[in-house]
Amino acid sequence: MAEKQFKVIAETGIHARPATLLVQTASRFDSEINLEYKGKTVNLKSIMGVMSLGVGQGADIKISAEGSDANDALNALEETLKKEGLAE
Amino acid sequence: MTFLKGIAASNGIAIAKAYRLVEPDLSFEKKTIEDAAAEVERFKKAMEKSKSELEAIRDKAKVDLGADKAAIFEAHLLVLSDPELNAPIEDKIQSDKVNAESALKETADMFVMMFEQMDNEYMKERAADIRDVTKRVLAHLLGVQLPNPSMIAEEVIIVAEDLTPSDTAQLNRNFVKGFTTNIGGRTSHSAIMARSMEIPAVVGTKTATEEITNGDFVIVDGLKGEVHINPTPELIADYRKVHEDYEVQKAEWAKLVNEPTLTNDGHHVELAANIGIPNDLKGVIENGGEGVGLYRTEFLYMGRDQLPSEEEQFESYKAVLKGMAGKPVVVRTLDIGGDKELPYLDLPKEMNPFLGFRAIRLCLEEQGIFRTQLRALLRASSFGNLKIMFPMIATLDEFRAAKTILEEEKEKLLSEGQTVAEKIELGIMVEIPSTAILADQFAKEVDFFSIGTNDLIQYTMAADRMNQRVSYLYQPYSPSILRLVKMVIDAAHAEGKWAGMCGEMAGDETAIPVLLGLGLDEFSMSATSILKARSQIKNLKKSDMEKLAQEVLNMQTTSQVIEAVNSATTKN
Repeated sequence: MAEKQFKVIAETGIHARPATLLVQTASRFDSEINLEYKGKTVNLKSIMGVMSLGVGQGADIKISAEGSDANDALNALEETLKKEGLAE
Repeated sequence: MTFLKGIAASNGIAIAKAYRLVEPDLSFEKKTIEDAAAEVERFKKAMEKSKSELEAIRDKAKVDLGADKAAIFEAHLLVLSDPELNAPIEDKIQSDKVNAESALKETADMFVMMFEQMDNEYMKERAADIRDVTKRVLAHLLGVQLPNPSMIAEEVIIVAEDLTPSDTAQLNRNFVKGFTTNIGGRTSHSAIMARSMEIPAVVGTKTATEEITNGDFVIVDGLKGEVHINPTPELIADYRKVHEDYEVQKAEWAKLVNEPTLTNDGHHVELAANIGIPNDLKGVIENGGEGVGLYRTEFLYMGRDQLPSEEEQFESYKAVLKGMAGKPVVVRTLDIGGDKELPYLDLPKEMNPFLGFRAIRLCLEEQGIFRTQLRALLRASSFGNLKIMFPMIATLDEFRAAKTILEEEKEKLLSEGQTVAEKIELGIMVEIPSTAILADQFAKEVDFFSIGTNDLIQYTMAADRMNQRVSYLYQPYSPSILRLVKMVIDAAHAEGKWAGMCGEMAGDETAIPVLLGLGLDEFSMSATSILKARSQIKNLKKSDMEKLAQEVLNMQTTSQVIEAVNSATTKN
């Protein structure tokens, strides 16, 4: 299992377009991918799950992936987060 | 053949097939099923169909309306393929042996409830996404067709209860020939939209959606405010004649396109246009607008899920300024709140939104939003003749605060090495009575006034213009309103400034003679009203209208004013 911590820097947090991008990226992989925030874990391939967390600016989040392409998935998600200026 | 009477909201005649923007009946019964596997298949098929339909809508919206407007369908697609939605529905069908409709509805309702309970306006909006997607899948399960306005590919007349900004944002302007709605008045969104799209509209018919079915042949008479459903061939022929006569009349007006607006005794006034998006410029130029008197910037912020960036705004403002080629362009800074909401700002609901946190009040508090807009405007200023005006100013302090912010941003841009026009006129909307009354003091500090009559009338009369039961109080010709208008114009002139008007009243046939007499310098209206107004003004003498204005200011009632205007203008 691969996992990584991030700090959300986007002013709007993970809402709307950022959430869409993350879910779209995650959905490209076979691995099971989860997003953890404030002790709650949701499926990162679920837009409703991600949005229900209400991740705001400054939040500490953890993304974990388990499966054959877990590392690739985590790298791709990290790239999306950084390229879009969402998290560091 | 049926006939409906409504309010003539936008001039012209349209004859086309009806397209109902009305939801079909999506009710169903909860049933127990035998073959769960087959039911899951049926559900999956409906999901597939919904998915390919949404993909087609998204792709078409991207081309016709731009990526911003297509984003909402992108979000719908993600909800549709959400594993957390699909899995529980399939489980429910299998374990509870219920039909797909009820498994879908019950599961989706749970999510809707969850999002609606969140303490965040943006999240509450997501509940609407889930509802929309559920409706689409339900329609496929039930074998009924949802309206897909963005997919319209033939000439139609839109029939709806009412049209919201998000409805009209999705309409393909090439195919929509007219509107008719059950509710609304001359200043409702659907009416303003129809005038800016230059298509006829009849609003407030009360029963259009009940009387008209999809594919009915419909005549929308935006001149008289009538709708004819499945008319006789004779009536169609008559209307083709009315339509032609109107076109002839328009052609006659069109000769005035490049003429200055001069009264019979040689006094010049400026006829400008109200616009909402850069694309509206085409209509302004074709109709001989001498400027843009009101650029409503809110449309840049609406129908999307986040604020427009400085760069996006800069491009829009630049396009308008360049398009007007040196003619004046008055840009109104963000006027949001009231009936215009931005879900992504997450503003609390108010008891009296029209009297609440809106326009400049919001901009002075949420300065980040305001500063971004001002920067974009200042950067665009060197591409044309920009004038900036602030909406809903009630006190001089508000104007001064807004001006200070503008100056700070200008300094910052200059120190960054950006180009900003040397002279940018700075004005205010006069739509609050306190400002009209204190106009003499404001005139010392502002460069111009633009009177926003829709709001000025509703605030002066204390009558909500959305409330049909008090709509009789919407009285533009009331001597009380005319006196306020006079105060504003006189105050401007005493300080050597100019006064314009950008409300509905500025393009109104009955108001124009009086406004001319009061000395109004600039009339800003729907582009389609400009040539008609120019032709009217050509036949009026300023000196006569001054006498008329003096008379009506001392009258007691609106009906006396209308009568006086009629008799003064027909004898000419």
